[in-house]
Amino acid sequence: MTLLNDEIREQLSGFFKGMKQDVTMAVFTEKEKCETCKQAEDFMQEIETLSDKIHLEAYDFDTHQDKAKELGVTLLPSIVLLDGEKKHQGVRFNGVPAGHEINSFIKGIMEVSGALDSLPESQQERLKKVTKPVNIKVFVTLSCPHCPGAVEKAHKLALGNPNIDAEMIEAQTFGEVAGKFNVSSVPKVVINDEFEFVGNQSIDTFLDEIEKTQ
Amino acid sequence: MELNLDITEEPKVKLKEEVLYDTLIIGGGPAGLNTALYAKRKGLNAGIITERLGGQVMDTSTVENYLGYESMTGEGLVNKFIGHVQNLQVPILKEVQVEKLDKDGDIHQVHLKNGDIYQGRTLVLATGSKPRKLGIPGEKEFSGKGVAYCAICDGPFFEGLDVVIAGGGNTAVESAIDLAKIAARVDLVHRSQLRADQVLIDQLKNYKNIHIHLETQMEEIMGEAMVTGIKVLDRKTGEKKIMNTNGIFVEIGYLPNSDVFKDYIKTNDRKEIIVDDYGRTNVDGVFAAGDITTIPYKQIITSAGDGAKVALAVNDYLNTHAKIEAPQKVVAK
Repeated sequence: MTLLNDEIREQLSGFFKGMKQDVTMAVFTEKEKCETCKQAEDFMQEIETLSDKIHLEAYDFDTHQDKAKELGVTLLPSIVLLDGEKKHQGVRFNGVPAGHEINSFIKGIMEVSGALDSLPESQQERLKKVTKPVNIKVFVTLSCPHCPGAVEKAHKLALGNPNIDAEMIEAQTFGEVAGKFNVSSVPKVVINDEFEFVGNQSIDTFLDEIEKTQ
Repeated sequence: MELNLDITEEPKVKLKEEVLYDTLIIGGGPAGLNTALYAKRKGLNAGIITERLGGQVMDTSTVENYLGYESMTGEGLVNKFIGHVQNLQVPILKEVQVEKLDKDGDIHQVHLKNGDIYQGRTLVLATGSKPRKLGIPGEKEFSGKGVAYCAICDGPFFEGLDVVIAGGGNTAVESAIDLAKIAARVDLVHRSQLRADQVLIDQLKNYKNIHIHLETQMEEIMGEAMVTGIKVLDRKTGEKKIMNTNGIFVEIGYLPNSDVFKDYIKTNDRKEIIVDDYGRTNVDGVFAAGDITTIPYKQIITSAGDGAKVALAVNDYLNTHAKIEAPQKVVAK
């Protein structure tokens, strides 16, 4: 089955030419009770073919519980992007990154490979002061054009500080989690399950909320 | 599986603080992008500074009134605009916010919130508008908890539920049609008569789950953890009642994104930047284009057209004004 048409394949291969480090996509699935796991794995297999620098590692959740725990995986399917040394950088996608989220996923790969610009100095200064663990959840729907922007920002922050972990959560696949956080507008950002805001806000807004947890 | 790929190559040319641009365009929607296209073709050194590349068109599910394209997604159309401008090597700085405008001699400065300062011989303000709010009790409290402003983004949460749409223009009617495919029941509530295009109004009849309430004023949004209903006033009978609903989509038009300019540039009581026939504002060398201006009717094609006009006006301005030289002292960075 091919999920990507020729035009998209060509566009993405071109884009991936700008990658610096290799990136490994660790994909966690389970055989039963998971409607979109197969789709996630098939999709990642196709993405892998688009660049020599992209690698796929598929894990069955039940048999790799330790690995899942190490990478903070609790929802399935889940995709964690690892850097050139296969290290976890806090960049995770829960659910198939299709629809508009293809954009944040591609940006995530580029970001982890070190191909995108880092944050301006003033924001890096603020980011350095984050010393306690931070989890950023970004709830999205696949039909939302400004959701990828919020996901990209959360991931950029995660890459800029080892204490920050950022995950996209596709709200329809994980309706129960979305319900728990009363998500009815997206993107909705929840920090340490406590502080939240709606909308693709600026990096400074993310930092304002993150600082409340410190 | 549907994919909405809109990744454009990162612009190869970057906006630089040390360059004095012929024109700096603030805003990356149809008006700003078309200003850049026309300016570049006139040989001007133009750059774009934008918070959200593509602008509001990105939130439109379908565009059926842009000449030459019978039906396009909003995103598909705007990606064509962006691709066209990027192919001309116009530097685009995106995802940044402007803090203020200023002037150093004859040179216009754009100060960003991140501390960067960019310089232009002229400026074009094209920051468009944002969704207008109802301004009634409960709206702020339940924002993101049933009160929503983007039907294509948040529609999926209301599958099989009841929604109310506030508004009577094209966006409201389009949202009603989009949501009727997902929700159990859609109530379209508007304080006066529908002012959407007749072709759209005609489509409403195809959906048995859409109910229209005209001359009906929304007074208060009610709920507990989430929205549960809305209090409305029937203006014909004077009767007040509560409509039960799970969600409220507010589609009552737009407010110009002019707050950051209002102390520097003259605006009217609707916060629109006052411009003349050439898009000139009250500050010499500062122009404005598209939805942010006093020009009536806000459409994708009129905004794009306005951008073209203003680019030509900028070109004339630069031709008739002595060339402003770059400052001796370059901003250190």
